[in-house]
Amino acid sequence: MTASAVDHGAGTLPAVYRHSLLVRLTHWINVLCLTLLLMSGLQIFNAHSALYWGEASDFAKPILAITARDKDGSHFGATEVLGHTFDTTGVLGLSGPPDNRQERAFPAWITLPGYQDLATGRRWHFFFAWMLVINGIVYLTSGFLRGHFWRDLLPSRKQFRHIGRSIVEHLRLRFPRGEEAKHYNVLQKLSYLIVVFVVLPLLIIAGLTMSPGIDAAFPWLTGVFGGRQSARTVHFLAAFTLVAFVAVHVLMVLISGLWNNMRSMITGYYTIKPAGDTHGG
Amino acid sequence: MAADQMFDRRRLLTRAAALIGAMPLAGCQDLSTNPTVLNVLGLAEPVTRRLQRLILSDDALAPEFTEADISKTFKPNGSTEPEDQEYQDLLGGQFKDWRLQITGLVERPLTLSLEDLRGLPSRTQITRHDCVEGWSCIGKWKGVPLARLLERASLKPQARYLVFYCADTLGESLDAAKYYESIGLQDAFHPQTLLAYEMNDAPLTVAHGAPLRLRVERQLGYKMAKYVMQIEAVESFATIGAGKGGYWEDRGYEWYAGI
Repeated sequence: MTASAVDHGAGTLPAVYRHSLLVRLTHWINVLCLTLLLMSGLQIFNAHSALYWGEASDFAKPILAITARDKDGSHFGATEVLGHTFDTTGVLGLSGPPDNRQERAFPAWITLPGYQDLATGRRWHFFFAWMLVINGIVYLTSGFLRGHFWRDLLPSRKQFRHIGRSIVEHLRLRFPRGEEAKHYNVLQKLSYLIVVFVVLPLLIIAGLTMSPGIDAAFPWLTGVFGGRQSARTVHFLAAFTLVAFVAVHVLMVLISGLWNNMRSMITGYYTIKPAGDTHGG
Repeated sequence: MAADQMFDRRRLLTRAAALIGAMPLAGCQDLSTNPTVLNVLGLAEPVTRRLQRLILSDDALAPEFTEADISKTFKPNGSTEPEDQEYQDLLGGQFKDWRLQITGLVERPLTLSLEDLRGLPSRTQITRHDCVEGWSCIGKWKGVPLARLLERASLKPQARYLVFYCADTLGESLDAAKYYESIGLQDAFHPQTLLAYEMNDAPLTVAHGAPLRLRVERQLGYKMAKYVMQIEAVESFATIGAGKGGYWEDRGYEWYAGI
């Protein structure tokens, strides 16, 4: 990494060149793709708002079902998970302004388009699925060729030994400084590796397994998931795993220095706080 | 952290959150109705189709299942009770007067009764039906491979697509139209492409497309036209319906429904 200095108002803090142009570009293209894929994906889900396990849909036994139901004269949004029903009126099943409730699994503000339109949802989804795949191929190729994964993402033995301490420090919202802050910490490395090499590939392969054309070309593929409907469920779960990752990721960005993090993902430069000052920033 | 720094950070956070929150939501809804945007997004379809064609050999079969896998409830798609008078009359006469017409770019146009079709060599297959909505059901289908009929009718060299005209009118008021679908020759001659007259060992029910429906096992449910009346071999479907090759295609869905 290149050492440099960034004017930080009061004084000059040392800065390192943390993210290559390619990582920065693919990161922001990913943000765009995953946001639109999630929103159009929920639009597609709304067309049949239930998940099943197995090859086919056993309509009487969904794993998850989001519907609008009537009970004791009241209309409510019902989310049924493994046989347990929850009232989720306002968000899932029944949403929109109280005087104009709409029966829909996910609410209008999170689906693309906002109104019910499966055909257009599929257009958004497949277009940005291709963008995601192309972006992913560029990122992975360069990551392997330039040694990014070995150098920056694979935790060192020393980091593994101190994983316990790293967890405790994260829970206390204290982040590495000085020499240590020049590299990703062990929890960052592990979560990025899992997202890049487990969650995203699983998400894409489970998505492809829903395609009848792909299933004819690779008949063993549905078997990997235990059936097409299982693959649809895995696709959904992987998507929400990614949402959970993004939630934590954004939270960490916010509390470990929004400006420094944003600058590093835009310009590449990340400033390092001196190791001595351990009081909260 | 100093108080002014805290304030700065908070202000920045609020602004960023407001910006990120407001930007895509309003914008994308308008984009979804913009024809140019829809056309650009639609570019994914030919890419998917060409890539799937590349990896799918002509006779790669869709997975087949066993009797034990057959779904207890098989949800019907599209029309389930066509009200069209012509269809009601045919149904009333137990389809004795029903005839399948094979027309267009063929050397020998054919007219076939249900008895004629039942007399031809058949294929039986237990396959998974995937609806564009996301659900799947497994059913057993018996029918005449479309390839056998096309061999008898003998396609002219210019024929590129087969258009299936159906008896049912789908949709309400202004949007209502006769159902139709189209497939390319690769799917038309695929061994699992059937004109099915039986489902789960019984004659097709009205909900599932009596007396005859199409099975195109490597694509989604909406390609599998029910209540088939006529098959026309054409060079292009640009002048049929709204020109997109099918009832749902005319309403924004992909012509290639392999995904």
